[in-house]
Amino acid sequence: MPLKQAITGAEAVAYAMKQINPDVVAAYPITPQTPVVEYFAKYVADGVVDTEMIPVESEHSAMSAVVGAAASGARAFTATASVGLALMHEVVFIAASLRLPIVMAVANRALSGPINIHCDHSDAMAERDSGWIQLWAENAQEAYDFTVMAYKIAEHKDVRLPVMVNFDGFIISHGVEVVETLDDELVKNFVGKQEKIYPLLDTSNPVTYGSIDMYDYYFEHKRQQIEAMKHVPRVFKEIAEEFAKISGRKYDLVDGYMLDDAEYVMVALGSTAGTIKHTINELRKEGKKVGLLKPWMFRPFSKEEYQRLLTGRKAVVVLDRSASFGAEAPLYQSVKSAIYEVASKPQMGSYVYGLGGRDITPHHIRQAFEDAFNGNLIVDEERYLGLRE
Amino acid sequence: MPLSAIDLAKQFYDKNPGITSGHRLCPGCAAPTIVKIALMTAIANGYEPVVALATGCLEVSTTIYPYSAWNVPYIHNAFENVSATISGVETAFKAAKKRGEIPADKKLAFFAFGGDGGTYDIGLQSLSGAVERGHKFIYIVYDNEGYMNTGNQRSGSTPPGSDTTTAPVGKKMSGKLQLKKNVVEIMAAHENVYVATVALTDTFDFMKKIEKALAFDGPSFIAAHSACVRFWRVADDQAVETSKLAVETLYWPLYEVERGVYRVTKKIKDPKPVSEYIKSQGRFNALLKKPDAQEIIDELQQYVTARYERLLALEEATKDKPIRGPWSKKDVQTDEHAM
Repeated sequence: MPLKQAITGAEAVAYAMKQINPDVVAAYPITPQTPVVEYFAKYVADGVVDTEMIPVESEHSAMSAVVGAAASGARAFTATASVGLALMHEVVFIAASLRLPIVMAVANRALSGPINIHCDHSDAMAERDSGWIQLWAENAQEAYDFTVMAYKIAEHKDVRLPVMVNFDGFIISHGVEVVETLDDELVKNFVGKQEKIYPLLDTSNPVTYGSIDMYDYYFEHKRQQIEAMKHVPRVFKEIAEEFAKISGRKYDLVDGYMLDDAEYVMVALGSTAGTIKHTINELRKEGKKVGLLKPWMFRPFSKEEYQRLLTGRKAVVVLDRSASFGAEAPLYQSVKSAIYEVASKPQMGSYVYGLGGRDITPHHIRQAFEDAFNGNLIVDEERYLGLRE
Repeated sequence: MPLSAIDLAKQFYDKNPGITSGHRLCPGCAAPTIVKIALMTAIANGYEPVVALATGCLEVSTTIYPYSAWNVPYIHNAFENVSATISGVETAFKAAKKRGEIPADKKLAFFAFGGDGGTYDIGLQSLSGAVERGHKFIYIVYDNEGYMNTGNQRSGSTPPGSDTTTAPVGKKMSGKLQLKKNVVEIMAAHENVYVATVALTDTFDFMKKIEKALAFDGPSFIAAHSACVRFWRVADDQAVETSKLAVETLYWPLYEVERGVYRVTKKIKDPKPVSEYIKSQGRFNALLKKPDAQEIIDELQQYVTARYERLLALEEATKDKPIRGPWSKKDVQTDEHAM
């Protein structure tokens, strides 16, 4: 029987990992990811899982150790945030290029400097071209569900790529919500056993991991990574279908809210979608045809979904919780680039909000929508919500 | 039982001990011989080696895709993280054994190899963390005293007066100014560790130390004197001779520290002057032309003598007095598959 529990997002992620019982967890604590590691360490200490935990001395070593473990054929997990993810950066790319099905939970937090412990998406956005699949949760439930689904996607033979489960720091990681968890057995059977491919510990078939690859092969190997990413949307949809059967919750590459007849569509990642839905409800009462498109998957970025869902709308407003200094904000860049090819182009506007944990309120969301209603969007102008100028 | 040369010859005359010929290391490089001695010793003792490498000469020269000179499991991750990487591999082994995916009696020997750059400098944190956590692995630094893979730059291991491209002997400065970082003592200070120095000249001492490391129920750190014939500017048949002088001058004292207990494994009664070591290598030629050369050599000589005297005193003082013993065995997280 599914169980309804009032837990934080951090506990929801740790709980999913408890049910998965991975072989190896290597992690280093960092606010606001710390409770994920703490909950999991307690499971290990209590013998609830028989995972081997490596309490590494840094995030760099956390990612390095899970690379070693995953190459050895282990199901490996880590979690981090912000500068911890930035410290891993080099090895994040290596993990993807070695095609290791690692899962990492990221409690999204602003990058330094200045140092700041609160939510924004600059940490994950700095890794968006690292070759990892990026899933983005709106709430603790989605953080739990994506964690349950992650290994199946990562380990799929057509994919073999690491998965990053993003959940907003503090807002999701520390906020208590009702989360419906699945039975242990159900999760165990759903995730299944990993098919080990070229495990390092198979001494009778020794393999070399991490060769030096010059101009004569490097390009072809990168091309294979590009190709693997192309399989992800299909595989994700298949696994989401399977997950719906056991959970009743249906996921897709993107989520829509009041989208069908919406003339004005807002696009945003993560927990802010909740605030946007609330504002949409209010605006609908006022007769405004507004809707939300929330990417559940940001990498790979499925252009076709955005093209199909955004063509013919009056306006598309994209909210970004990170900046790309000297260029358009990352989500806006992606959506705008997708829309280039649609038959009937909507007006577009870019809004950066919530950096370093700055609150985003229904008032701000209404403000952005109103710009759209008034035909006051400038496609090449970046605007800011909740900022003192 | 210590291995004999005959045992090894019998076992390995017709097969490669993990690293094969055909790699692209410079002729005369000491590093692959160090690897061979370590892996042969492990294999002869019934272990299957698993190798992790830090980025460096040994790594780039043995795994140029699509070729690999390794016929044992091999992983390279990055420059600074070989210890963290092997700790993940070793932990995966534990997990697989615990879950019955690997037979309980399977004996693997986990080796991490790094140059002095990947060990003394950029990889020190990763190494310290892995040793502190007690992973069962053998770290071997092939210490060629500089960033040789990138063309002879200064490292924390480069000796004073050596001419490198980032601390060159110039009109005003006489090369590197500082003494070598004493990484052996840094590692010994982790206490729950077996630490040793080795040199190619003393092969049986080297093999015995590898055997000790294999039997030790915790991490081991072995520092191997490893001549870079290219940038030490010695003839390509001189790597072993160079090591011999290093040992005979006490530039490279052969000793071991097992949980704080020091043992000088080769006592040198009448050490040769360290200037012989310096004068045998072209990397010091530029220094020798400088007016302050004698001063630098004297200082090195004083250091080398003082360090040896200190080692003898430590041997005396720590005899039968391990700083950690069986009473703290719980610190060793990995003892159930002690190699």
